[in-house]
Amino acid sequence: MIKHKKIVGYTNHISAAPGDTVGFMVSCYDGVTRYRADIVRLISGDLHPEGAGFKETVLDTPAAGDFPGREQKIHAGSHAEITDRTPFSVLSSFTLQAMIWPTTPQRGRQALLGAWSEPEQRGYALMIGDDGAPMLVLGDGQGNIETVSTAKPLQERKWCFVGASFDAETRTACVVQVPSVEYPLADSTAEVRRTVAISAPVTVEAPFMIAALYDGEAGGRVIGAHHYNGKIDSPRVANRALDREAMTALMQRPIPAGLLPAVVAAWDFSRAIPTVHIEDLSPNRLDGTLVNLPARAMTGHAWTGEEMNWQHAPEQYGAVHFHEDDIHDAGWEVDFELVIPETMKSGVYAARLVSGSDEDRIPFFVRPPRGVRTANLALLIPTASYWAYANEHMAIEASDYEAFSGHLTSLNSEDLFLNSHPEFGHSLYDVFTDGSGVCYSSRLRPVLNMRPGVTISWVGPGGNMPWQFNADLHIVDWLEAMGHDYDVITDDDLDAEGLPLIDGYHAVMTGTHPEYYSTHMWDAVEAYLGRGGRLMYMGGNGFYSRVAYSDAVPGAIELRRTEVEFREKSGAPGEYYHSFSGEYGGIWRRIGRPPGSLVGVGMAVEGFDICGYYRRKPGSHDPRAAFIFDGVDDEIIGDFGVVGGGAAGIELDRCDTSLGSPPHTLVLASSEGLSNHYFPTVEDCLMVSSGLGAMDNPQARGDMVFFETPNGGGVFSTSSMSWSGSLSHNNYDNNVSRITDNVLRRFLDPTPL
Amino acid sequence: MYKIDPARKDLVEEFRANPVGNHSADLQQMLNVVRGESFPGKYVLICVKPHREWVLGRLSGVRGDPVEILEDRVFTRAEDAEWEVFRRRWKALTGECLD
Repeated sequence: MIKHKKIVGYTNHISAAPGDTVGFMVSCYDGVTRYRADIVRLISGDLHPEGAGFKETVLDTPAAGDFPGREQKIHAGSHAEITDRTPFSVLSSFTLQAMIWPTTPQRGRQALLGAWSEPEQRGYALMIGDDGAPMLVLGDGQGNIETVSTAKPLQERKWCFVGASFDAETRTACVVQVPSVEYPLADSTAEVRRTVAISAPVTVEAPFMIAALYDGEAGGRVIGAHHYNGKIDSPRVANRALDREAMTALMQRPIPAGLLPAVVAAWDFSRAIPTVHIEDLSPNRLDGTLVNLPARAMTGHAWTGEEMNWQHAPEQYGAVHFHEDDIHDAGWEVDFELVIPETMKSGVYAARLVSGSDEDRIPFFVRPPRGVRTANLALLIPTASYWAYANEHMAIEASDYEAFSGHLTSLNSEDLFLNSHPEFGHSLYDVFTDGSGVCYSSRLRPVLNMRPGVTISWVGPGGNMPWQFNADLHIVDWLEAMGHDYDVITDDDLDAEGLPLIDGYHAVMTGTHPEYYSTHMWDAVEAYLGRGGRLMYMGGNGFYSRVAYSDAVPGAIELRRTEVEFREKSGAPGEYYHSFSGEYGGIWRRIGRPPGSLVGVGMAVEGFDICGYYRRKPGSHDPRAAFIFDGVDDEIIGDFGVVGGGAAGIELDRCDTSLGSPPHTLVLASSEGLSNHYFPTVEDCLMVSSGLGAMDNPQARGDMVFFETPNGGGVFSTSSMSWSGSLSHNNYDNNVSRITDNVLRRFLDPTPL
Repeated sequence: MYKIDPARKDLVEEFRANPVGNHSADLQQMLNVVRGESFPGKYVLICVKPHREWVLGRLSGVRGDPVEILEDRVFTRAEDAEWEVFRRRWKALTGECLD
């Protein structure tokens, strides 16, 4: 019998120190009205029959208890709200206009801009109608609704000027549509004018909104309806009915002097791009706020293709791309809180919620007190990568995943829940309903694939290979089993605090897939290694893509994908620079910082069917590596494990001095036994030929490496995502565990390497 | 384009013996077609108990549409489910029933 998820939640903070307060937001479904909450320390989420088992310890905290449950909704869809309602609160003469680039003009009614109350059917708005054509809607809240449409469907993904005016005195409404390019045989230019039966003025209580209509409020937040998919550039409002010539003139910057008395608002989306604020160029300064993270730094109607960086030509980046399925902060009410006790040891924790047949565990991380180290080892939890994959649902919409992964896709309860709740949003791997790529991901929503015991649909047959958080618990379990003390810190902490967070730790250990790194994070790790720090890179495909956090947009990361990388969707031309930071996105290798320069290896190959093992290389017999192989006589390393049956698998990195690996990098072992479903990373395939698979391609391999860094530091890279799945084999007595332990003990010893 | 040769029972047996992992070039070419099944109705597994029990499901390809869940048979090995789906697809592609 399939278990259906009935209870889910998230935290307001992902990492907390003693004394901090963590809030837990919970939503219940299918008649669940009460639940039990306990705080647990998580050790292992391994449900493999031969694995370490599921291990958690219930803590006695004041947060534990029985709580009433109720459904809390997520209102997805992005739009802009103008803070000051007064200038728009009376329906009298006006003009509404914008340049638009609609991506789903045939997807039913979509709002462009206006002040309209959907519950009251009152106000005015320029929209796309059910026929895909621009239309003006007027309503007096008394049941009188007038629509005036051009009746000429908009072209998908083509810039078009749309404008609507209303003369209250003559009750004349007009809608104008002028495509930027008039294609032969495409009859899409129009100007429609007629007298309507609405008697102005009409008072409008609803806020002025862009890309959605006001549909009431909940929890102090405006709810949008009829969200628009596509770009909007240079939206304008005037206080009289402008003719077509004046509408065109109003698009200019600066606004022509003769039109200044008529301008109510002229928003310029190319300003304040790193924020969620939109600025009004008019003297009225009717600024607004973007809700649910529509994409900024988008090429606008004026983009020439000559400039790729929005900071160099902001006037060409006047567009915001709105999506009906954008989501930033779910905004749920807090159900209970935990003040982290002073005695709470740094570690991985969760709020365990149990209600009848269902349960959920909401993970969070307890770091040591700020400025204090309580162990010599820091386990750096790769939260940026968790957010990158948050709620991914690729395999449910892309039919080629089975062939890609070499086995049937396997959906779990979390996948089924997310499928029936699209409002829980996307990962950076998914595409929006309109087919455009996702460039922001937020943790301020339940992230259901960051759960102990939860696997991923396309990794391993039957979903049998733990991924990310659940795989990282293999490391936690091993540290506990081997008696190593450790502090837990996260990418979110490292981005915010940089080097001081990790400086002083004898060793830092990564998770199994620290793929996404911000510049702050990278710089911190690099500086740490330069000061004699020791890094154990415990995974594969790490340090691969550049993301950005933002003080202005808490809880979110951004990734602008570029032209060459493993991805579902490339960034659109001209949109490769992060809006949060202004930095070029994509993969670090293309930014001139190949992962090899940091950890001696860089992304080489990935496959999702079975895992291989490592065979020792001459470097493993170098005296410099003697401490690593102390007590290990085997030539074959890790031909066992609960992740795909081997320690070399899923995603692996190769040593390559042409890609940044230091010349003194010791290759200790190389992978074998990967199937021909393992393919090289696309940036290694600039010319495509047969024989790409790992069975035929010597470049498609992982290399376990060690090298010394300045001032007595060092790096050990397992270069494999499945390495940690072998740690617990034979009650932690095996060559993978021994090598890991040898390295950790030596790295914790402050004697220079 | 490649067409499945129903006479190649050697490939069927190779798949049955080892449905996941490395395959001969001929089997891989066949699987590119078999596993390339399109929406709607593409088969997937639905996990009932992690690592232990699965049933079959079918996808529409449209997010939000319910996943059809076929609860009549529970598989205790993912490999057995791979074989069952292979049989069903073989029937659809060749008209032939495999035992």
